[in-house]
Amino acid sequence: MALIEARNIVKAYPDGTRALSDVSFDIQEGEFVAIMGPSGSGKSTLLHVLGFLDGQTSGTYRYNGKSGDQYEPDEIAKLRNQKMGFVFQSFNLLPRTDVLENVALPLVYAGIGKKEREKMALKAIRLVGLSSRIHHDCSVLSGGEKQRVAIARALVNTPDIIFADEPTGNLDSASGRVVLEFLQKLHSEHGHTIILITHEQSTAEHAERILSVRDGQLESDVKVEHRRFAKEGYEK
Amino acid sequence: MRLSDRIKASYRGLRTNMSRTMLTILGIVIGITAIIIVVSIGQGAQDLILSQIQGLGSRTIIIEPGREPHGPADFSEMYTDSLKQRELDALMNSANVQGLEYVAPMVIQVVPVNYENEISRTNILGSSVEIANVLDIYADDGDLLREDDIRNHTSVAVLGSEVKIKLFGESDAVGERIKMNGRSYMVIGTIHPKGQVGFLDVDHMVLIPYTTAQQYITGTSHFGALFARAIDEDSVPRVVRDIELTLRELHGIDDPDKDDFHATTQADAMETVGVITGALTALLSSVAAISLVVGGIGIMNIMLVSVAERTREIGLRKALGATNTDILAHFLLESVILTVFGGIIGILMGSLLSFLASLVLTKVLGRAWSFTFPISAALLGLGVSASVGLIFGIYPAKKASRKSPIEALRYE
Ligand SMILES: Nc1ncnc2c1ncn2[C@@H]1O[C@H](COP(=O)(O)OP(=O)(O)OP(=O)(O)O)[C@@H](O)[C@H]1O
Ligand SMILES: [Mg+2]
Repeated sequence: MALIEARNIVKAYPDGTRALSDVSFDIQEGEFVAIMGPSGSGKSTLLHVLGFLDGQTSGTYRYNGKSGDQYEPDEIAKLRNQKMGFVFQSFNLLPRTDVLENVALPLVYAGIGKKEREKMALKAIRLVGLSSRIHHDCSVLSGGEKQRVAIARALVNTPDIIFADEPTGNLDSASGRVVLEFLQKLHSEHGHTIILITHEQSTAEHAERILSVRDGQLESDVKVEHRRFAKEGYEK
Repeated sequence: MRLSDRIKASYRGLRTNMSRTMLTILGIVIGITAIIIVVSIGQGAQDLILSQIQGLGSRTIIIEPGREPHGPADFSEMYTDSLKQRELDALMNSANVQGLEYVAPMVIQVVPVNYENEISRTNILGSSVEIANVLDIYADDGDLLREDDIRNHTSVAVLGSEVKIKLFGESDAVGERIKMNGRSYMVIGTIHPKGQVGFLDVDHMVLIPYTTAQQYITGTSHFGALFARAIDEDSVPRVVRDIELTLRELHGIDDPDKDDFHATTQADAMETVGVITGALTALLSSVAAISLVVGGIGIMNIMLVSVAERTREIGLRKALGATNTDILAHFLLESVILTVFGGIIGILMGSLLSFLASLVLTKVLGRAWSFTFPISAALLGLGVSASVGLIFGIYPAKKASRKSPIEALRYE
């Protein structure tokens, strides 16, 4: 059984925009998949459906064999809290809150105590190289730093699956490489399932498999022949 | 999610909009303040009634001129001259009224009292020998009034303890002469400190024979009131009836509604005070209720604004694993913290105002009005304010908890 099963997913927004039409694919546990496509092709929309953040208009989507309506609302909250890590395209950090607390936020909802929370958050912050910024208010951080806070937050609860929406979009090539290296490491060493959204072919080639979307339709689903490894070098 | 984290998160949510939140709780503050004042003043009134009854005794019946006042217009009748020596004599006749221990007349007027260069404006109480029993007083030095003084209209005076100190200090007063309304009186005694009895402040008055008071102080032949005492508590109703029948016959009154006097027992007095405090309580309670509802709606309004403003934050929290219950609790706690905070301010303000009121009432009424911190009212205030927070917070909180994470995340 595939971890993710999407069948004939259609997503039409209330204003009539058809962001996804008839998209079907499977993703196995432990895969590193890139979803690639030009701007406006429906990538973020797809990610929201996969993360149970938004419902599809028609078609079925199963996570771990169960569709959204087969989960209790609180189960879905728990799933997002403990099994899924999200890096949103627009970061979505809590305003007027420092780096440490932003990263620790999912742990608050997991009911973890303050001491343990801070320990875990500090570890995640160290991984993204922001240890010197832990008590900075998030609104004063640079775009790249915000992106890294968002990544640390997605990792903090060691989720099974990470949804990363353009995680290198705001980073220079060196920082971008660090992030990609990091995702590859999580995948290869810890067995996390990773879904990476990007509009760049070169970034997508860090995954094992590329799903290309265009105008809301799945254009191709190919295995990466010559996979890139961020450790060796990364070009923009 | 842990409770401590819930409270912290809600508290921080509130803190970001401090000045706005402060204004919102005004209604709650006023409401709770009113509740505290109601309870506190009610308690003070009750204490006062109790002390008054203890002071005069439950056997005492006060007969005053004029119809029993039912409205402001009736108060003018209190100054009619329907009670005179003739009425006093009729009541003292045991063929008319049975079970009566005595009747003491009262003539009261405020006049300046001089001794050498000292002046004191005091209540002059003109009465008879029985006043000693009515007020339960005795002389420290010298004597109280004597039968001869009454009969002969003598110019003698008995001083309340404070008046004595004001005029004479530590030196002896008995045998000295004081001046009142240009007439000289011989001090024949001082009253042992007694404090408040009913509406009379014994320590601040000067007691003289009622005959003298009528002749030289008021210049009229009627009394301000008659104080009667029944032989025991059980006969009070019968004595009241006899008094009424006697006076009606004397004045040729058939219709009790046309009475030109009224007799009040201490039970009646208690009822009257009860009616007044009841009215006050009802008034303040409705102020409390209205301001709590208005305040609650204000809270609801500000919480709705807050929920709308923080749609993005709500979405994010949900995307990171907050359940609907977490979000509901977050906003509910925000409104409860708000209202309870308002409640605490209200309790402090209510207590302060009640305390000030007790000072003012003591001054105005001329009797000790006690203030006690109303613990039960404080607890009630906390309970009520928390309930207002819950009741008016539930709708905004529900609204927040129902937001879908993606709508919330997309909200700009
Ligand atoms: N809430 C919405 N209401 C209406 N249309 C929407 C809404 N959200 C997205 N769309 C539209 O759906 C389409 C797909 O949007 P989506 O955000 O998924 O694109 P994307 O592939 O992530 O693009 P980008 O690379 O620029 O992030 C776009 O045309 C967008 O305008
Ligand atoms: Mg996008």
